[in-house]
Amino acid sequence: MAKKQHDTPMLDELESGPWPSFVTGLKRLANDNDMMVDLMGQLETSYATKKGYWKGGTVGVFGYGGGVIPRFSELKDENEKHVYPDAAEFHTLRIQPAAGMHYTTDLLRKMADVWERHGSGLIAFHGQSGDIMFQGATTANVQPAFDELNEMGFDMGGAGPAVRTSMSCVGAARCEQSCFDEAKALRTVVNNFLDDMHRPALPYKFKFKFSGCPNDCVNSIQRSDMATIGTWRDSIQTDDVLGKKWFAKHGMDELVNDVISRCPTKALSLKNTKDVSTVEGISSVAINDTQSMQIENHSCVRCMHCINVMTGALAPGKDKGVTVLMGGKSVLKIGTSLGTVIVPFMKLESDEDFDALNQLAQDTIDFFAENALEHERTGEMIDRIGLVNFLEGIGRDIDATMVLQPRANPYVRTDGWDEEVEKANQRKANAA
Amino acid sequence: MTEMREPIESGVPDHVQYLHPMMKKNYGSWKYHDRPRPGVLHHVAHNGDEIWTVRAGTQRQMDVYTIRTLCDIADNFADGYVRFTTRSNIEYMVTDESKVAPLIAELGKHGFPIGGTGNSVSMISHTQGFLHCDIPGTDASGVVKALMDELYDEFIHEEMPNRVKLSTSCCEINCGGQADIAIIMQHTKPPKINHDLVANACERPTVVARCPVAAIRPALVNGKPSLEIDESKCMCCGACFPPCPPMQINDPEFSKIAIWVGGKNSNARLRPTFHKLVASGLPNNAPRWPEVGAVVKNILRVYKTDAKPWERMSDWVDRIGWPQFFEKTGLPFTKYHIDDWRGARATLNASTHIRF
Repeated sequence: MAKKQHDTPMLDELESGPWPSFVTGLKRLANDNDMMVDLMGQLETSYATKKGYWKGGTVGVFGYGGGVIPRFSELKDENEKHVYPDAAEFHTLRIQPAAGMHYTTDLLRKMADVWERHGSGLIAFHGQSGDIMFQGATTANVQPAFDELNEMGFDMGGAGPAVRTSMSCVGAARCEQSCFDEAKALRTVVNNFLDDMHRPALPYKFKFKFSGCPNDCVNSIQRSDMATIGTWRDSIQTDDVLGKKWFAKHGMDELVNDVISRCPTKALSLKNTKDVSTVEGISSVAINDTQSMQIENHSCVRCMHCINVMTGALAPGKDKGVTVLMGGKSVLKIGTSLGTVIVPFMKLESDEDFDALNQLAQDTIDFFAENALEHERTGEMIDRIGLVNFLEGIGRDIDATMVLQPRANPYVRTDGWDEEVEKANQRKANAA
Repeated sequence: MTEMREPIESGVPDHVQYLHPMMKKNYGSWKYHDRPRPGVLHHVAHNGDEIWTVRAGTQRQMDVYTIRTLCDIADNFADGYVRFTTRSNIEYMVTDESKVAPLIAELGKHGFPIGGTGNSVSMISHTQGFLHCDIPGTDASGVVKALMDELYDEFIHEEMPNRVKLSTSCCEINCGGQADIAIIMQHTKPPKINHDLVANACERPTVVARCPVAAIRPALVNGKPSLEIDESKCMCCGACFPPCPPMQINDPEFSKIAIWVGGKNSNARLRPTFHKLVASGLPNNAPRWPEVGAVVKNILRVYKTDAKPWERMSDWVDRIGWPQFFEKTGLPFTKYHIDDWRGARATLNASTHIRF
């Protein structure tokens, strides 16, 4: 039996309403956990004063330099004594889940048991980088809790200037739009950088994320330094049976207004089936016995819209692979930036393909480690040194898919022009 | 001291061991999906195999009792497998359609809403707030709970023009991420410096270097090494606070909540976009944040009425233009909506493209 719970009139307000309440959960834990009794006391104080009372510090487990988020309460009385002593230490362990965030109940129960024994009993599924957040342990309990989770096959995630825990969408496990094995790619790449995750020594954080298609369900383009996004380079696959079925249900208005006219590159058109072009790069799907929707695949930018609307009738092509973009990041210090195309297309099927992705990641991290300033993300480094220097640094060729438009300002030295033309011709010859 | 135990550097575990058997069997071989009702996905494999997914909202910050309840439901109704989405919804998979309704009923009995699929307002991705963050201007779990109570109907129905993703962040660093509507704490006053503590707590060159507008410089205050801020330059980003907590940026009164609109990461139709500022100055009014809820619900109401099918928030604004967005939502357009940061001119209208 824990100590008496504090009065929490403001938090109590959050127990009403239809959405599941975290406050009810906190209270349940506080029934027999003193730490949670005082955690609620501090949280209620924050609600009343509109101030936070946690400070960081240094808490870790043997062998690793990161992964624990230390929190010490700063809420003290006039004699420098903790107002809520049982929540004076309230550390979080970041633990990496399996890609796609799949669990058996047996596993979840074991995790809950560990956290009931050693921590507050409060777990977040999941933090914004994809970690399972085991929230609320004393300094003394961090090691035994980690040991048990570690013995169960789970490892610490990243924190600080390190490779961070990664995320992938559900992908191949349950999505028809998946263009590669997202989970395998995540596991291959991240497990190659465990030393850089567990022993923070990079200029700043580095995040990998993996999305199976351009719908980018894990927001890799905005939230990772290296975004691996599935795509294809041949024609959209079509299924006439499902095309007709879709049309029978939705009709011409939706086909024209919601599919054809929403194509951002005007690659779709309505045709009499007998008039559908047979040239290379054209595919089509029947919508009834006489009409089809024609797709000009060389104009298609793989935006996913028509495939999203007519799932099954349309599907990504067969020649699948990934586009890799780099430099996505949040606000500090140059503002938000999206990832930039670095590799427009690479296959990701054979073990050699996965090795190549790993090598790209390795070259990038090596260059980042040596050339980024302290507290500078990859995107900021690209901003500072220019994309061309970055590409040379990681040993990748330029490509016209990397820009929205060529430069519009004339302030550039072009005395290497002839050599660059030679290189461009060589690239073209090599690709042919 | 505890005996040293070498960690097993196992990294990311193999996901295959936790996959529902039907997902394992048809890995990479799915053909199409549909949604029989809000909150339920139905995937069909090339070989005709089928799987139904029931998606339920959670409070993300879960106590072990809630987790065990969710596990009980999975054991009794869904073969003992679950997964989580990036927005902290839980998903149960079944291979027999007749099991869907009892599963939904059981989740409902325990208070878990079914929804978050298709054109719904999904669960709000959010940060740690007062519960665990060291630099929060507000709470996150509380704001989200208050807002999801108000948006409950939009979670369990699919009545929006396209999917709507929300996020909440307890400071401008915005760990909550980009969203159709983002709720973000906005600092409005320069940090207050406790000069007695700077010398002991802060590595001064690091703090100086961290400032994006070079507003901070070293100074000697009361005979002690400290820092000073050119307050006319400071744009209150709070970047100096993490490496130097004596530079307090959060303020119970002057840290306000701002609303941002039109972010999306998907490439569908328009390219991925960042959300843009539409409202600020909202009070940090725990425990229900009614002013924030009112603005968010108003934007959602106008979007729901005005947008065409499949238009995400950003597609809709792209079609009608920002002047009409402010007109239709009734939100005031102020000088603070005009960007003056690096590259700002790219956001100005250099054309006669104006809608009257």
